[in-house]
Amino acid sequence: MTTETQARSLLDPEIVRPALLESVRKLDPRVQLRNPVMFVVEVGALITTVAWLIRVFGGGPLGGGSEPAWFSFTIAVWLWLTVVFANLAEALAEGRGRAQAASLRAMRTETTARLRDGGEKSAAELTRGDIVVVEAGETIPGDGTVIEGIASVDESAITGESAPVIREAGGDRSAVTGGTKVLSDRIVVEITQEPGKSFLDRMIALVEGAERRKTPNEIALGILLAALTLIFVVVVVSLRPFALFAGTELSETTLIALLVALIPTTIGALLSAIGIAGMDRLVRRNVLALSGRAVEASGDCDVLLLDKTGTITLGNREATEFIPMPGVAEAELAEAAQMASLADETPEGRSIVVLAKGFGIREHDFAGHEPTFVPFTAQTRMSGVDYDGTRLRKGAGDAIEAWIATEGGRAPAELRAGLDRVGREGGTPLAVARNERVLGVVYLKDVVKEGMKARFDQLRAMGIRTIMVTGDNKLTAAKIAEEAGVDDFLAEATPERKLELIKEQQADGRLIAMTGDGTNDAPALAQADVGVAMNTGTQAAREAGNMVDLDSNPTKLIEIVEVGKQLLITRGALTTFSIANDVAKYFAILPAMFAATYALAGEGSGPLDALNVMSLGTPESAILSAVIFNALIIPLLIPLSLRGVRYRPIGATGLLRRNMLIYGLGGLIVPFIGIKAIDLVVHNLLGA
Amino acid sequence: MAQGWLQIAVFFAVLLALVKPVGIYLAGVLSNQRVFLTPIVGPIERLAYKALRVRPDEQGQDWKAYARSLIVFSLFSWVFLYAILRTQGVQPFNPGGFDSGPWDVSFNTASSFVTNTNWQYYGGETTLTYFAQMAGLAVQNFVSAAVGIAVLAALIRGIAARSAATLGNFWQDLVRILLYVLLPISILGALFLASQGVVQNLADSTVVHTLTGGTQILAQGPVASQEVIKELGTNGGGFFNVNSSYPFENSSGLTNFVEMLLILIIPAALTYTYGRMVGSQRQGWAIFGAMAALFVVAVAVVYFAEQHGTVAQHAAGLHTHAFDGSTGGNMEGKEQRFGIANSSLWTAVTTVTSCGAVNSAFESLTGLGGAVPFANLGFGEVIFGGVGTGLYSMLMYVILAVFIGGLMVGRTPEYLGKKIQAREIKLVTMAVLVTPLAVLLSAGLASATDAGKRSLYAGVNPQGFSETLYAYLSQANNNGSAFAGYTGFIQPNAPGNVGAYGITFADLLGGAVMVGARFLPIVLVLAVAGALAGKRVSPAGLGTMRTDNPTFVVLLVGIVILVGALTFFPALLLGPVVQSLTTRLF
Repeated sequence: MTTETQARSLLDPEIVRPALLESVRKLDPRVQLRNPVMFVVEVGALITTVAWLIRVFGGGPLGGGSEPAWFSFTIAVWLWLTVVFANLAEALAEGRGRAQAASLRAMRTETTARLRDGGEKSAAELTRGDIVVVEAGETIPGDGTVIEGIASVDESAITGESAPVIREAGGDRSAVTGGTKVLSDRIVVEITQEPGKSFLDRMIALVEGAERRKTPNEIALGILLAALTLIFVVVVVSLRPFALFAGTELSETTLIALLVALIPTTIGALLSAIGIAGMDRLVRRNVLALSGRAVEASGDCDVLLLDKTGTITLGNREATEFIPMPGVAEAELAEAAQMASLADETPEGRSIVVLAKGFGIREHDFAGHEPTFVPFTAQTRMSGVDYDGTRLRKGAGDAIEAWIATEGGRAPAELRAGLDRVGREGGTPLAVARNERVLGVVYLKDVVKEGMKARFDQLRAMGIRTIMVTGDNKLTAAKIAEEAGVDDFLAEATPERKLELIKEQQADGRLIAMTGDGTNDAPALAQADVGVAMNTGTQAAREAGNMVDLDSNPTKLIEIVEVGKQLLITRGALTTFSIANDVAKYFAILPAMFAATYALAGEGSGPLDALNVMSLGTPESAILSAVIFNALIIPLLIPLSLRGVRYRPIGATGLLRRNMLIYGLGGLIVPFIGIKAIDLVVHNLLGA
Repeated sequence: MAQGWLQIAVFFAVLLALVKPVGIYLAGVLSNQRVFLTPIVGPIERLAYKALRVRPDEQGQDWKAYARSLIVFSLFSWVFLYAILRTQGVQPFNPGGFDSGPWDVSFNTASSFVTNTNWQYYGGETTLTYFAQMAGLAVQNFVSAAVGIAVLAALIRGIAARSAATLGNFWQDLVRILLYVLLPISILGALFLASQGVVQNLADSTVVHTLTGGTQILAQGPVASQEVIKELGTNGGGFFNVNSSYPFENSSGLTNFVEMLLILIIPAALTYTYGRMVGSQRQGWAIFGAMAALFVVAVAVVYFAEQHGTVAQHAAGLHTHAFDGSTGGNMEGKEQRFGIANSSLWTAVTTVTSCGAVNSAFESLTGLGGAVPFANLGFGEVIFGGVGTGLYSMLMYVILAVFIGGLMVGRTPEYLGKKIQAREIKLVTMAVLVTPLAVLLSAGLASATDAGKRSLYAGVNPQGFSETLYAYLSQANNNGSAFAGYTGFIQPNAPGNVGAYGITFADLLGGAVMVGARFLPIVLVLAVAGALAGKRVSPAGLGTMRTDNPTFVVLLVGIVILVGALTFFPALLLGPVVQSLTTRLF
């Protein structure tokens, strides 16, 4: 799904064609009523159409004046087009979501669920609390929690990731999603959804925009735009008596053209598209925002809570040093550690083998021996290998000490010193023993992911503090925090302390974003302003958060924040642009309206003609050019509103200055050029 | 011209030097702290509370209660003033033997003075008793100014509060502003003006015979005492019809300088007070910077335009260039004593603030020079503005700028740590739009109807349009200055009001506009204060948009100009803009 969407270009005919149709269908005034700005345009289009019809049937210009009939017609056409373009923007944004929804729907096959207590039920009828059995090759009938067994599951339908994932009862990987497929083994699942409200259903609804409600900031901006529209309506309405006072008759068509040019149609047309596109950008990063409000809040976050393991450090530690006991050669320890790790497929085990290679030890060949590998268990907290009477073990320091004791040996005092040193330096020690003798300690180090420091610097420039959360002790945590360059850390974290930290920060007025996956994280996820649940996590976590990351990549929080900021910036930038445009439109339309006002006897043009600074051809071509510019700027800005204005971490003042220059000053200048260019075509080529 | 610029520069330097000390004092008064006058004024203050039956320390008011008290007080003031204007015939201190005013003119005048507008359809020295001037108009000059400052105080408290429910106590604010600020300065100022030749008596007009054998009536009255509060409270209603161009109101270059300073001092100093009360002096200076920038441009344009004259004047062969013994320029309607520079400076001072007192005739300004008062009013009186009103109106623009700018830095907008959400935006846009809406609708009505055209002096031409538009612009913005041909009161040349009648349409429409455009924004601003007071404060970070640096000042100025220009540009075209472009004389 992911790759498919990313490849889809803006002008994909599969999206554009239905969008064009949709944009005409949306001319329905009941649809337009939701957007006061565009509603006014539509009413204006209707009136100018009537004005033209009156001319066709032999009447004079509606409201007075002396314009030609083709003028009303052309203005009416362009006003209708303005509304259509606005609809197109929304339809295009919705269309991209709809395309995704369609591919999701295809995944929702009708399956029959086998209940544990015998019996069968259609998947569509499953309710919360039903317990079903799913075996290899079957599709999981609904969202739920694994209560028994372990299985590998293909979740590519949801995540686009083709590698299967493990789902097992208990722990933090117990959630399964309806529509995904069990590849091996058999699991028992307790259903946690109500019928028709599955994760897949919600996803479809979200990407389609069916559940789209206006976000708080969108509502506030909507009020501002409605207020601006109101004031411009009054400006234009009062202009008629003002003009009559000056002996100038203005037709309805002219006044409506002025009104439409003035009201903030650009942002009014693109506002909902910007919102939909924001959600869409998250979806393309494989993040599902369960509400638009959450996307907005993510732009506001002041503090990010990041789990150490997997987010800041690689999930796995890496062996970096062998610390031999007295009388043991480093190479001897390395060889023993390597042999004990040969069957250990964990990244830690692999890294020991890799480190040992540095001592010239090739991969050991057990050919001729009969090795018995001892796997790691939670009880023994050791693993190793037995061969030819030799027994190698590696594991936690105290576990090895205990094992040595049962073998009849005694750990040297240096062992403790070695273990302590590693702990102090922020690493994890592993002791290695051969038979009754301790050989030494392997230093496993937390490896901070590459580029994290730069990322945190970037966040700091954005005004966002990062807090690392870890179960490690303070010493270790401080060491890693320093290395990674986070602003603060919470050591020896428990779910309660995490929740407390969030509440403390919020009491100071900060907005918190965090990621989490376990059931433990659910309260904190619910408390945080932006809670991103990992898709691999538990059902409880997925329900507590307001976003779900299908890739289960905790670093993505940073991208989410950027998308949120981008969304707000795009709104602000286009609002500024839209309002700044009005200046040029005034200079196009007003001199045209009052070209002959207070003209001296015998002269065609009056003093106000001097304000025609763009020297536009005729009054008609000037007004028409402004209206055409006003309409065309909408489709021209659709790509920007869907893509979003780029966010740069250059601090608030830098950003403000930059965007004021581009969209404020640019918004002042661009329409002068645009209107003049259109006038050249309309007047000089078409003879208007 | 260099000398003129020097005078303007000196004026600005003196004003700048006074901003901080006066601002600190005002902050002390508005924060209910002890100030240096407390030992003298304190007992009177306590007496006032007893008389009003308020215990201010225990009676904090939320925005609704605050607004209620304010409305009740203003309503009472209105009725009281209307009653005085309508009962002149039985009043003492009436040496001119004036009758009571007509109902419609009195309606307009009462509305005018209760709203701090001081729009004058009446002629002071020819229709009002000294009692009505002193007990009616002067009292309102004091209290209406205090009301404006009180609203600002409530708004500042709302902005500075951390999750508070109350905005202070209206009665306490009223009493303290009157006793600690307006009265002491007015007393000192009146003594100064009287010492400079501004009259202060209760005598009848003096009739003198001129050298050429004609007779001249020199109006008298208790002028000095009323003059100071007229400027200090940005009221602007002159004792005499010709306001501060008359030597008995404004006797010399020195009094002219002091009077201009009195107009600007409180509005300018309140920006410092603001910074102090919200705990960041830079916030106050940023707003001062925005106001000062717009003010300097306004002064420069008027001065340039009046010095240069108009195309039509040049076409008619009038000389406007400087020559030996004359500053040159457009001297029509200006006092010889003040010349171009001081008339231009005053014109800017009185229109950036909502004062409206004049020392020259706006009706005679050049097209471009006349466009400046239009623009200042069109921006909604936020360039320093009226006492209190200017800053609270500017803060509405600040919130608007924060909303648009805040989005552009990628956060939902916040001001001083408080989120600006739908409720605030609704209230703020309404507060900002009430006045322009009132102007456009009333001016549209007045220019479209015969009843409206009866007020015209210049006739149906650009000048007549300027008169009409400016009349409603001035009344809606509670300024009170006028393109003075426009009238709502016809008085025959006879003593008393006998035979006089008002132009009912202009009187009622203007009165309604003044009241509506004063009190609706006040209630909305108080509602904003209430909404902000209860909000949590989030700490500022690197990602927060700063509102105390030059970038924000540019944004703020841009928004003020854009909103004002977009609203009034079409209308201005048909008045001052036509006049500055045409070669015809209107």
